[in-house]
Amino acid sequence: MAKVLMKGNEAIAEAAIRAGCRHYFGYPITPQTEIAAYMAKRMPKIGGTFLQAESEISAINMVYGVSSAGLRVMTSSSSPGVSLKQEGISYLAGSDLPALIVNVQRGGPGLGGIQPSQSDYFQATKGGGHGDYHLIVLAPASVQEMADLTVKAFDLSDKYRMPAMLLADGTMGQMMEPVELPPESDGKAVEKPWAVTGTENRREHNIINSLYLVPEQLEVKNFERYERYKEVEKNETLFEEYMTDDADVIVVAFGIAARVSKNAITAAREKGIKAGLIRPITLWPFPSEAIAKAADRVKGFVSVELSMGQMIEDIRLAESCKKPVSLCNRTGGMIPSPEQVLKAIEDMEGGRF
Amino acid sequence: MYTQILIAGFGGQGVLFAGKVLAYKGLEEEKQISWLPSYGPEMRGGTANCSVIISDTPVGSPIVSEPDILIVMNLPSLDKYESAVKSGGSVFIDSTLIERRVERTDISAHYIPATKMARDLGIPTLANMIMTGKVIRETEVIGMDGLRDALAKTVSAKHQDLIDANLRAIEAGFNYSE
Repeated sequence: MAKVLMKGNEAIAEAAIRAGCRHYFGYPITPQTEIAAYMAKRMPKIGGTFLQAESEISAINMVYGVSSAGLRVMTSSSSPGVSLKQEGISYLAGSDLPALIVNVQRGGPGLGGIQPSQSDYFQATKGGGHGDYHLIVLAPASVQEMADLTVKAFDLSDKYRMPAMLLADGTMGQMMEPVELPPESDGKAVEKPWAVTGTENRREHNIINSLYLVPEQLEVKNFERYERYKEVEKNETLFEEYMTDDADVIVVAFGIAARVSKNAITAAREKGIKAGLIRPITLWPFPSEAIAKAADRVKGFVSVELSMGQMIEDIRLAESCKKPVSLCNRTGGMIPSPEQVLKAIEDMEGGRF
Repeated sequence: MYTQILIAGFGGQGVLFAGKVLAYKGLEEEKQISWLPSYGPEMRGGTANCSVIISDTPVGSPIVSEPDILIVMNLPSLDKYESAVKSGGSVFIDSTLIERRVERTDISAHYIPATKMARDLGIPTLANMIMTGKVIRETEVIGMDGLRDALAKTVSAKHQDLIDANLRAIEAGFNYSE
């Protein structure tokens, strides 16, 4: 199929439709509003639902409802709006419901700003809502991945019965790049015998619920869920390695930070510094093994982030503090320049960190 | 070839649209492309800019901080970005709206009275396309052949009747000699 030019936000929306998602609930917020706008245009024409809810909280609970009926469903927002959704996300996780939540991040905390950010890393990967749970968190670094990982998120979410989050940022949402759109599917590859679709008097009721007042039962539920999480960690970790074979310094970065870092790595190589990149594509599960392996052969790591340093904690845990990890960052809507990343690589190479 | 282009001006001058035309034409020519707009409270009157990269190799960062080609349609943009242009790069200036000359001597400067030309041609909103025409002429970053197809993709479905006017503006810029 021919490539088309699309904004990242539009690519998410079109890919979701092609993945069989026919139900979108949202509330507008910059810089992801194009997703809602695209859905508003397309859904009525294909028998789907576009609904602008009265709030983010309402939208995520509508997602809970559709998912309970066994259908593919999504919502999207940006940082402050995603904070509002956290209660609903915890309920989705506690009820073992699949769903796609898109966060096109902007600077925070609070109402923050509207420029790109990655400062919701903790929120996305460490819970966000209350209770023991994880989301599958995917971090696209191109418009192509905005489309591909949207499909992947639906597939994994259905397969493991857990919500998935696409964690993008304002740059990824707003930029246009050529994209080859995924093929159409009905989104029904995974059987959902648990869904509440009407018993027709032929089977027992299905109950979707996250309330377990008997602690022994809730503990068993949580144990079961974490067995599934183990499977996800074993089977679904995704990352890209770029020029790492002979690297002395490895940059770890995702999304837009990884794009900037590639420029810096090219510049470092031109100066004779052996730099490489590990780009986590899934942030949960985190590519800890790849980082642990690399720790044996590198001088150190540089974590490039659009935050005050959040992923850096996972890098240190992954490599068990064997090698130094420095932080190269901007925050509040600012983006590190390739020159800033190059300097951090040079400092690490020269033992100045 | 890895060409980084920055287009800047006031919101409403068609800065983002000019970038899209370059991007769509680049795509038609099977180049690697990225297009990144400034976004925020900058519609009509505020400053707007967009980064476009047209390349034979994969695009790294989509953010253009050192442009090979700078197109400016107001004075604040020239003041802000003149120092950022890569040595040996080119600057295209709408000289109807910007009175001063470029101070640097290591870049080539092109002065096009695009806003006046557009007014005279009866297409006052298409100074952006006149600038684009001149850029095509001087830099060859994209070709003129098949521009109509690229425009047809850039212009929204309900404005397809404006393709001819856009082409006229691009040709006027292409044929303008300083």
